[in-house]
Amino acid sequence: MSTSVSELMKTPLNAAHRALNAKMVDFGGWDMPVQYPAGILAEHEAVRTRAGLFDVSHMGEIRVKGPGALALVEHLTPNAVSKLAIGQVHYTAFLYENGTFVDDLLVYREGEQEFLLVVNAGNSDKDFAWVQKHAPAFDCTVVNESPATGQIALQGPLSVDILQPLTKTPLDPIGYYFFTHGEVAGVKCLISRTGYTGEDGFELYCAAGDTEKLWNAVMAAGTPKGLLPAGLGCRNTLRLECKMALYGHEIDDTIHALEAGLGWIVKLDKGDFMGREALLAAKAAPAPRKLVGFKTLEKRDIARDHMPVVQDGKQIGFVTSAAPSPTCGINLGLAYVPTELAKVGGRIQIEIRGRAVDADIIPTPFYKRTK
Amino acid sequence: MFPADLKYTKDHEWLKPAGDGTALVGITHYAQDALGDVVFVDLPEAGEAFGAGEEFGTVESVKTVSELNMPVGGEVLEANATLADHPEAVNEDPYGKGWMVKIKLAGDLAGLLDAKAYEALVGAESH
Repeated sequence: MSTSVSELMKTPLNAAHRALNAKMVDFGGWDMPVQYPAGILAEHEAVRTRAGLFDVSHMGEIRVKGPGALALVEHLTPNAVSKLAIGQVHYTAFLYENGTFVDDLLVYREGEQEFLLVVNAGNSDKDFAWVQKHAPAFDCTVVNESPATGQIALQGPLSVDILQPLTKTPLDPIGYYFFTHGEVAGVKCLISRTGYTGEDGFELYCAAGDTEKLWNAVMAAGTPKGLLPAGLGCRNTLRLECKMALYGHEIDDTIHALEAGLGWIVKLDKGDFMGREALLAAKAAPAPRKLVGFKTLEKRDIARDHMPVVQDGKQIGFVTSAAPSPTCGINLGLAYVPTELAKVGGRIQIEIRGRAVDADIIPTPFYKRTK
Repeated sequence: MFPADLKYTKDHEWLKPAGDGTALVGITHYAQDALGDVVFVDLPEAGEAFGAGEEFGTVESVKTVSELNMPVGGEVLEANATLADHPEAVNEDPYGKGWMVKIKLAGDLAGLLDAKAYEALVGAESH
């Protein structure tokens, strides 16, 4: 049974999406645009070659502030929070004691003892409860700012050209994974040079009530330059080409950070944090499985999320995400396979609707921007 | 959206009788819209026969895959070869250039929906 539209949560841009004739879907309880009339391929191409504008207001924002804020975020996440400069952001995770994922997230350092944690929409309540549960041991406040916050993501090589005329804040000096505060089109924003597409771009956070004004201004500035509104459909193909993890696919509460290939966010020498013991042990023992990128060999063989990886009729792994890649023009995917098979150049088999088809393990990310 | 000279299935295939015992089969505008950008259509060889409701191929879009089911029994006379290089024809012209197979009819069409009945079905699904 599908949830009726009236029960779904709506972002401040719901009416704007409908006015643009978006195709709306239930995404983790949110009524979200999967695509606009241009379609996933055109939207994907716009982001790779010009720019696309996404509504990501469904993401969750949690603010942690107070004398114990740094210590709390250090305790809950494996990346080195103390190394973040004010105005810097990094990718990290909430881990359980066994090293598996509560969620992945971005940590923004707003001050010495003030952090904005940006989490997945579908995990937002769980994450907020998780932070709240651990906060009492630390001297800080934890506020769920999600309902009060809107967020849009402008992504693509023309992002600076489109956004700069709308703001006095110089955009060029903002480095990748840095942020600042400023006004865009008269709207107070957190301007973050981040994204989930592998392209240059900005994620703009604002008051929920200002989101539509901001969206309309960026749409108006970008449309003459080839900007398209972009939905969740191309967001998925864009992130897949860059091997960016998606909760519920590459990472979840059964997969730990090292087998997910996210060792780079795990700073085992930073001091104690949730999951450290388990990951130290995992590092000492060889991981039984590993996340690899693959391509199928035939045009007709299109693997999809959750399909089994098989060997001699037995399941030995599973596909986490897969799709025909609009940029690469081949059928790509990510899969967990036994470590002894996880070598670039190796051959695996995916079971697609009862048929075992050949796939080659290839280097990842599948796509990397040139500049 | 619902040409009156076609017959429809509740699985969103259409069938166009030629009047000589053959018919074209494809998927409806509603189906192509739900799939989004079509990137591959897997079709049978001429000579293969299928029963009513049997899967005769698949249509793959960027985000999903859907089975193609035969509206009535029949033998494939021809598969639309242009779809190999131009799968987007299914999106752009689902009742014309996006046809999928030509069949020799082996069953009657009594179980199929007319345009009005199909329109009612689609209306109910999208509300």
